[in-house]
Amino acid sequence: MTNPLQIIGRVTLGLFAEIGRLSVFAGRVATAAVTPRWYMGEIVRQMVRIGFYSLPVVGLSAVFIGAALALNIYEGGSRYGAEQFVPNIVVLGISRELGAVITGLMLAGRVSAGIAAEIGAMRVTEQIDALETLSASPDRYLYAPRFLAAVATLPLLVVAANIIGVMGGWLVSVYGLGFDSTVYLRNTVDFVTRDDILVGLIKAVLFGGIIAVMGCYQGDRSQAGATGVGRAATLSMVGAAVLVLAFNYVLSTLFVEIGL
Amino acid sequence: MKTPLLKLDGVEKAFGGKRVLRGVSLDVARGQSLVVIGGSGSGKSVMLKNALGLMTPDQGKIFFDGEDVTNATGRARETMRARIGMLFQSGALFDSLTVWENTAFRLINSEGMSRRDAKERAIETLKKVRLGADVAGLYPAEISGGMQKRVALARAITSEPDLIFFDEPTTGLDPITADAINDLILEMVRGLGAAAVTITHDMASARKIADEIAMLFEGKIIWRGPAADVMNSGNAYVDQFVSGRADGPIQPAI
Repeated sequence: MTNPLQIIGRVTLGLFAEIGRLSVFAGRVATAAVTPRWYMGEIVRQMVRIGFYSLPVVGLSAVFIGAALALNIYEGGSRYGAEQFVPNIVVLGISRELGAVITGLMLAGRVSAGIAAEIGAMRVTEQIDALETLSASPDRYLYAPRFLAAVATLPLLVVAANIIGVMGGWLVSVYGLGFDSTVYLRNTVDFVTRDDILVGLIKAVLFGGIIAVMGCYQGDRSQAGATGVGRAATLSMVGAAVLVLAFNYVLSTLFVEIGL
Repeated sequence: MKTPLLKLDGVEKAFGGKRVLRGVSLDVARGQSLVVIGGSGSGKSVMLKNALGLMTPDQGKIFFDGEDVTNATGRARETMRARIGMLFQSGALFDSLTVWENTAFRLINSEGMSRRDAKERAIETLKKVRLGADVAGLYPAEISGGMQKRVALARAITSEPDLIFFDEPTTGLDPITADAINDLILEMVRGLGAAAVTITHDMASARKIADEIAMLFEGKIIWRGPAADVMNSGNAYVDQFVSGRADGPIQPAI
């Protein structure tokens, strides 16, 4: 089995099999999410856990990214005497790309890995089997609520990230780079379009789905023991982060193509 | 002859190349308590999971109350599950829910009972397993292993099933707690008139709760008889197992 062609073949087949399993799982969860019955209590609980408790980490990440962005744009812009475009480029970069990407990446860690560890622990302690014997489908009781909660709260978190990110840029610009506060904010508001915001929100919905499905998927197939659950958490974090970045590129390309 | 409540017919199951079940045939009558004994890795848990529909057999059929449920899905599966209780080896209590919410889980989440009524029923059921209302609001992590087993037992019997599966009910408990669990199992099974299938390798427990005992070895049932006969079955494998000797036809799993 050392033939390079065989190795390439095996890896490729393995990859396609994995994509297939993940897609089937995603389809199952999405179907459960849009058909009754819904466990409302669980959905609300997950919205609080996934959405509300992620606010601090998303806010902190966004303020620093916004600040660093403003600094670099100022530095780069000054080479062409274009420093005055800092507010425009900061708000564009954050609303179309960084707000959603930063939120997606931070939640791939905080939420996706957390879900995988929780579901994985439930899997290995037979709690998922127990759910089935009690006539509660894990798809409906565990996975769909997490999926719905992530899809619903990610856009809200991205809105928060956008606002806080712009504030980060504003802080640095006003207190470090000598911008006038009113002018900076007016330029920001005048420049950003509804489409720029919309782009970030559409990405957020997709990222929410990726993060929840990845966490549930890896947890559901977790192997026994502390290593198994740890591995599920790692795989879901890595998988969700890579998929967030990949789909971000795909969506950005698509939006540029259709002029959104 | 009456239809058995549960019937396994030539059930086979393999994982990768490993054939775990090699044609298990077994039937359980209404109200009967059957104990399946067998060593570690003999396929007891896999047999139980197939019977419950948590796994699908590769070959063979499973009948519940005369209905073929081998590949049952949706409503047929739900109808069957509503009549079956299961006590998992580790208890498998939901650790995000309190003791009473665990006990009332099926009532609230599958049968649509109001939380207030369900809590009342849960506390009643907890009383049957000798747990007071004071533990009802605690989380599983806050009570002892023996108490967790009792809660799991309460959860399995809340909706008064016709058939209860017990997966190693006394494993990991001290002898006194184990015997108390045996008493409770007997009491619940007799009280409800339910049939019971218990898998265990604890012979004291097996002799106490069984009407009949069957032995699973290398994926097949190799002996079955009344509980009283298990100590002098005349079967070399059963003899070795019940007397707990390392030498004999069965190779120790180490």
